[in-house]
Amino acid sequence: MSAVAVPTHGTVHDHHAPALDLGTFVRTYVFSLDHKIIGLQFLFSTLLWFLVGGLLALGIRWQLAWPWTDMPIIGRMLFSAEGGQISPEFYTTLFTMHATVMIFFVIIPILAGAFGNYLIPLMIGADDMAFPTLNMLSYWFMWPAFICIGISFLWPPYGAGGGWTSYPPLSVVTEAAPGSAFAQTMWLLGVTFVGVSSMMGSVNYMTTIIQMRAPGMTMFRLPMTIWGMFITAILQAFALPVLTAAGFMQLMDRTMGTGFFLPEGLIVNNSMPATGGGQPLLWQHLFWFYSHPAVYIMILPAMGMVSDIIACFARKPLFGYKPMVYSISGIAGLGFIVWGHHMFVSGMNPLLGMTFMVSTMMIALPSAVKTFNWLGTIWGGKIQFTTPMLFALSFVSMFIIGGLSGIFMAATPVDIFIHDTYFIVAHFHYVLFAGTAMAVFGAIYFWFPKMFGRMMDENLGKIHFFLTFLFLNGTFFTMHILGAVGFPRRLADPYDYETFRHLLPMNQFMTICAIGMVATQVIFAYNFIRSMFFGTPVGRNPWGANSLEWMAPSPPGHGNFDFQPIVYRGPYEYGSPEVDTDFYPQTQPPPSDPARRVKPEHH
Amino acid sequence: MGRFWSILFLLVPILGVGVFVWAMAGLWPMAGHWLPENVNDHGHVIDNLFMFILILTGVIFIGTGIALFWFLWKYDSANNAAPVAFTHGSHTLEVVWSIIPAAALVFIAIYQMNAWADAKMRRPTLADGRVKPEIAEVTGRQFEWRIRYAGKDGIVGTEDDVQVVNDLHLPVDEEIVLKIKSQDVLHSFFLPNLRIKQDVVPGMKQFVWFRANKTGVYDIVCAELCGWGHYKMRGRITLESREDFDRWLAKAYDEQNQAQYTPATGEAE
Repeated sequence: MSAVAVPTHGTVHDHHAPALDLGTFVRTYVFSLDHKIIGLQFLFSTLLWFLVGGLLALGIRWQLAWPWTDMPIIGRMLFSAEGGQISPEFYTTLFTMHATVMIFFVIIPILAGAFGNYLIPLMIGADDMAFPTLNMLSYWFMWPAFICIGISFLWPPYGAGGGWTSYPPLSVVTEAAPGSAFAQTMWLLGVTFVGVSSMMGSVNYMTTIIQMRAPGMTMFRLPMTIWGMFITAILQAFALPVLTAAGFMQLMDRTMGTGFFLPEGLIVNNSMPATGGGQPLLWQHLFWFYSHPAVYIMILPAMGMVSDIIACFARKPLFGYKPMVYSISGIAGLGFIVWGHHMFVSGMNPLLGMTFMVSTMMIALPSAVKTFNWLGTIWGGKIQFTTPMLFALSFVSMFIIGGLSGIFMAATPVDIFIHDTYFIVAHFHYVLFAGTAMAVFGAIYFWFPKMFGRMMDENLGKIHFFLTFLFLNGTFFTMHILGAVGFPRRLADPYDYETFRHLLPMNQFMTICAIGMVATQVIFAYNFIRSMFFGTPVGRNPWGANSLEWMAPSPPGHGNFDFQPIVYRGPYEYGSPEVDTDFYPQTQPPPSDPARRVKPEHH
Repeated sequence: MGRFWSILFLLVPILGVGVFVWAMAGLWPMAGHWLPENVNDHGHVIDNLFMFILILTGVIFIGTGIALFWFLWKYDSANNAAPVAFTHGSHTLEVVWSIIPAAALVFIAIYQMNAWADAKMRRPTLADGRVKPEIAEVTGRQFEWRIRYAGKDGIVGTEDDVQVVNDLHLPVDEEIVLKIKSQDVLHSFFLPNLRIKQDVVPGMKQFVWFRANKTGVYDIVCAELCGWGHYKMRGRITLESREDFDRWLAKAYDEQNQAQYTPATGEAE
């Protein structure tokens, strides 16, 4: 390291380590102000919820493959009242909770909460977040959410079952469904707490990225991961208040007798007549005004991390850095004017459908540009097929499918037929599981050495990748075919319909793949836990990467850097002729001999 | 191993296209795993647009998939001795691969608009130019479809209406207009074989129209979550000739008015 060495809090802190009393333990590992500990807290919590969400998905898949049959062994334990079967009421709770857990407790917090927290200060060369206390609170505000959703799920007789979209009147009129009483109120409170947590996080991320960059770290020298996190934070800050407001409106409709979402005199299942004057479609507009940008909140950081991983293992500069940044910004901007594509057949004015179709089609453009740039990055490189690289490449491969299938739904006339069928289920699982979740796996394998100072096992990692990749395609690709038949989502027993009766064998195939996919994650869990304690210890920069986090110790101490990082260039100068190594860290000063310096290219 | 992984990624476009072609051909075990039979004169437009987008996206899917495979194969560090192409991008390429997809996407969007307007905005008219009135009103309710025919006077909501549940009969070879609404929560009136789907919202009314060209009995599906019994909210639509339909309607009317039901004491509404 050529940079100036400065005394750090890290070394001072280490002296306390042997005498770890309870108070220090709580301050260091529980109510910690350190962004890395908070990031890991988010990571562990979200991975546990990932397991819960996966098991809920298996419940759904079981019912679709073998409807109304006992689940072996665990069926009697879980549903003794129904003789081991999944009841239709419980089925609605299953898919509601699967989506709620995966979206609000896994994808959003694992991207922004875990990786955002861990990586932002390290990658921009800061010693911590701008507001450490706010950061700690953003994690601890997830706990009321965990508790509320937990209660909402387990509340007898049935948990919330209004779908993760919580459309009124079903979700507002307590008599409308068994889960629409107290459980639905807890669901709304839970989602609100997640919103509070995300809001505190996003304020912190924006401030940190704008204010706390190391000397020389200009905005256009930021790694794509940070750009993804930055744009995501902006999206959250602007979109979330709408969801929070809408959530409170629904709460008031439920508990205080307001009528934002209920038409005059509505009676559902012998309920009291509604106060009225409201409009059920209003909820859909408000909900999707947040939840469509939220789709990009769930993918942009993943795109950023994938860009970093691909450039690192192609050993080549990222192709089209600025177009990539502009694409992310374009997706974010357009993301605010496409929410109506969730509502083409909702009863919204069909004229609006045309407008939203055009804006939705246009949002495919920046996604396409990003895909071409990833391909351009791989072109002419020297590709190392490490586990993180395989996951990142599968992100690109799968995102192409998820992106292209979106065009079918964006086309309004085609959407008439495939709306609310398994075609849309295929689409968003390709974007969110085959896309984001695969990127997250890649990111875990990539940054694990930084987090714990040890490598994860590469062989187990590749087996994990291979099986996950096979099973996910077996589970989700077939959903496109179901969608083409018009197979509707959210039906506890679709085989009651003559049109869909013959689709049972394919559903059984998908369920077997889904079971395989969840089982495969045992390999990951084993590898993760084992490597934390017994993995091969590594130095600062095991992958030969350029960005700042790899210049800090592994794992970094409190305060992150044991020197003051000074940034000389962007993070993607792999294979630069200026140096003899195939990587060129951002902190390494340029060669003293001016003849060796490469002139910046103009393109 | 680079060779192995490259081929794995090559399998994505090969198997992906293969599964679609297999399903379209209806070969074992995927017989009937494609767009269900269409019996609506206007429905084939939607099917054609679906196929049009499928072919367009299919070409891009295959192209990008093969490019990914080829780059992985060729630039595998284990087999590639050439130095890294030290480039940060190409302005020309960026412009090309922005403008071409942009033009294609705008074209797709504009190309859809007429079909959308036909399906949702241009309601069939009578000879004198007035919009065609509905032949029946369908009301979604947890968990059934209540159907009310206009009767002899042609107006829904009068004394001579014929009321049935879940059993929609309609004549073929003429423009049918249905008024659909909801009594309680959201439902969605989905006729897979007629390529019709429209959510019904309490407090609003919606119209759907089509022109069936084949007799037969098909499913009415509820496609919007409406509660625990959502899965069993199943209706049947019987498409028949005008004579059969008139006969059925007259019979239903007679049955409705002959049926004398005397509620037991205390059960009166």
